[in-house]
Amino acid sequence: MALSGIQIYKLLPQTNCKECGFPTCLAFAMKLAAKQVELADCPYVSEESKAQLAESAAPPIRLIALKADGYEIRAGNEVVLFRHEKTFYNKPGVFVKVTDDLSEEEIKAQVGTTESYIVNYVGIDLTLDGFAVESISREAEKFAAAVSAVRAMSKRPLILIGTDPSVIEAGIRLLDGETPLIYGVNRDNWEGMAEVARQYKAALGVAAATLEEAADLTEKIKGKGVEDLALGLASSSLSTNLTQQAQIRRLALKKNFKPLGYPTIAFPTNAAAAAQAITKYAGFVVLDKFAAEFIYPLLVLRQNIYTDPQKPIQVQPGVYEINNPKPEDPVLATTNFSITYFSVANEVEGSGMPAWLLVTDAEGMSVLTAWAAGKFDAERIAKAVKTFNLADKVSRKRIVIPGAVAVLSGELEAELPDWEVRVGPREAVDLPKFMKLVLA
Amino acid sequence: MPIELFTDKWPGNVRTVTIGATAAQGGTRTSTVTVGGQKTLPFMHFEQETPYKPVVALEIKDHRPDDWSPLLLQEWGEVMDDPARWAKAAEEAGADLIELMLNPTDLEGKATTPDASVKAVKAVLGAVGLPLMVFGPGQAELDNALLVPIAEATKGERLVLGICEDKNYRTIVATAMANEHLVSARTPMDVNLAKQLNILITDMGLPLERILMDPTTGALGYGIEYGYSVMERLRLAALQGDAMTQLPMIVTPGFEAWKTKEAKVGEGVPPAWGDWLSRGINWEVLTAASLLESGADILVLRHPESVRQVKAAIDELMRVPEKF
Ligand code: B12
Ligand code: SF4
Repeated sequence: MALSGIQIYKLLPQTNCKECGFPTCLAFAMKLAAKQVELADCPYVSEESKAQLAESAAPPIRLIALKADGYEIRAGNEVVLFRHEKTFYNKPGVFVKVTDDLSEEEIKAQVGTTESYIVNYVGIDLTLDGFAVESISREAEKFAAAVSAVRAMSKRPLILIGTDPSVIEAGIRLLDGETPLIYGVNRDNWEGMAEVARQYKAALGVAAATLEEAADLTEKIKGKGVEDLALGLASSSLSTNLTQQAQIRRLALKKNFKPLGYPTIAFPTNAAAAAQAITKYAGFVVLDKFAAEFIYPLLVLRQNIYTDPQKPIQVQPGVYEINNPKPEDPVLATTNFSITYFSVANEVEGSGMPAWLLVTDAEGMSVLTAWAAGKFDAERIAKAVKTFNLADKVSRKRIVIPGAVAVLSGELEAELPDWEVRVGPREAVDLPKFMKLVLA
Repeated sequence: MPIELFTDKWPGNVRTVTIGATAAQGGTRTSTVTVGGQKTLPFMHFEQETPYKPVVALEIKDHRPDDWSPLLLQEWGEVMDDPARWAKAAEEAGADLIELMLNPTDLEGKATTPDASVKAVKAVLGAVGLPLMVFGPGQAELDNALLVPIAEATKGERLVLGICEDKNYRTIVATAMANEHLVSARTPMDVNLAKQLNILITDMGLPLERILMDPTTGALGYGIEYGYSVMERLRLAALQGDAMTQLPMIVTPGFEAWKTKEAKVGEGVPPAWGDWLSRGINWEVLTAASLLESGADILVLRHPESVRQVKAAIDELMRVPEKF
């Protein structure tokens, strides 16, 4: 937990020698608490104080990063229990698992589809983050073959799952210069696994039955010099998992309980469990199969839950030209809330019909929210028409407003006397039909 | 290493609300639904017992809707032409209660009449023994015109009537009071607005035990994060002892999820969206399952497969962990 200025002051020499550039140790302590200066600026701090300050500065949930070929998937460093208190920072990496009892071709086929998966949500390209390779056969050669089959198709970070250190080593040996996560560390194999992790600079994921067992393991492993850890807990039900996740997060944040101060790893096998992993604190999510119709909503959920509550995702206000509009093509008015903009832009783009999309500055709010808040009214739309010089771009002055704000049409006609104001459909899905039938 | 759990001790709790009345209680229901009563955040069984589990309602209409996803039309088939049969099918699909949402117009496009909607409500009550919620089409005047006769014709049934909003709640609350029903109070994703509406409703004399709170749901991809966080904030406020937030929460993931393009449209969409039917169901289930985590007490769904999955999730969430 971060220390206050006063707490830091107590750890300083309290001589007010000014060498740090501040008139008093207290002034320096305040700056330090605000993270505006470095501790090293004071030449006289004792070693003991240094250690205490470093300990307290360490984040309550350790940040770990899996790396490969320029990809980096981070987990940890979270600071709140509820997203409204600040925000959730590191989106849980979503990994898809393959097992080493499959043939090379099967693995390559599975990895190939997953690797190339890409889906666009409000202008953001979403992909999966990596793969987990599990040793089922318990044979080193088979595991190594599986890892190289995956590597032949993808360069993304890996999670290696198994319980035998020598099998894991056979796989990790092939991952030069990467930081994978080794998963499956338990009471019996921890020493061997810690050794492999240290040698190959990998992160280690413990697989424990209970929180107590997990805490015991992390302490032991830390004693061997491996500190990048993740917590996996066996759970027989959604409620068990929720309890474990809630306790891990609470103990780390509220008690600064270091043995559980690590990101977690979850293995959901159905939709409800996956939703729980995203909303309740998983650091890594491993799925046992790839299915586009499941991955897409899951990645969207992750995107939503990890949006900063203070900043709605917005697009730049302006005129967006869709399908190379000509002067006779219609103007469509909407707001600059990302979800709104993309619902409309995608429909129009997909229909192939040209239009001028006028995105007004509605402070990132949806059509009705902005309307209710007075940020999307006739005056603002008219102002945007003028600011972005639409009259110079179009020859036929037609502007379509969203059906949800049909009430604005009269006022807008008054604001834009030489424009034809049309009320469009309520939902963007119906825009292409409307453009074809009504605007043609 | 023994671990001392971090437990919260909350001064407040959520009220319990019972929907439906059996013959002995002055109604005709064969079962009732009780929700609320939590003394902890959702499913924190290690702190306090959770007395009642969240429940699942299925949404039906008084006649076949013209704006539902083709997948839902296909799933329910011809029962959609008869609210009584639809209700029966919903009961068989595992719903704990039914939400009858009235259409604004009849099949000829004329405004729905009070007579027709009373008939539909009676038919549903006759077909199933489950508790019932009846919601108007969402237009103030029409809602009032329909809900008052419905409330009178079903006196004593403890229906949930809705939707009360800040612009239109008086008539609905008055008729709920006079006829022994409950109300659902909806506000647009805002803690203070929710409290304010609950104050206005209780000021009229309706006890808190007869109010459900609808904080407004956004679908996955379309604002779920706002509803999710407002629910967490409302539940925290309730546990901290703020009386006007201590109501069970009703959410509508079915309505919101099936309105999205992802659930509604099967053709001309990106291949990366995957199989249409599974995607639609996943959209509804992921929305609902997330809201279970943030404190939903009643989830109103539309697809039977979603009901199955969400109920299975609720059962698991209610299981008190033995070791963790
Ligand atoms: C999420 C949300 C919020 C979020 C804001 C999200 C944001 N960044 O905008 C928050 C919680 C902050 C919020 C706040 C408020 N909200 Co609000 N909110 C919603 C909610 C749940 C979803 C809105 C949304 O994101 N929709 C998705 C987007 C994509 O929809 P859209 O912008 O309308 O776009 C669609 C169509 O309009 C169409 N379209 C868009 N552009 C165009 C253009 C053309 C030409 C055409 C043809 C079509 C078209 O295509 C899109 C897809 O179909 C709705 C209720 C609901 N379920 O719809 C209430 C809702 C919009 N909110 C409402 C209100 C009243 C408010 C507040 C005033 C209340 C308050 N809390 O004080 C505030 C106002 C904000 C402020 N003062 O700061 C009301 C508006 C009531 C009304 N009819 O006037 C609603 C309808 C809820 C309700 N039933 O009461 N809200
Ligand atoms: S250099 Fe260190 S001892 Fe000197 S005033 Fe600054 S903080 Fe105090």
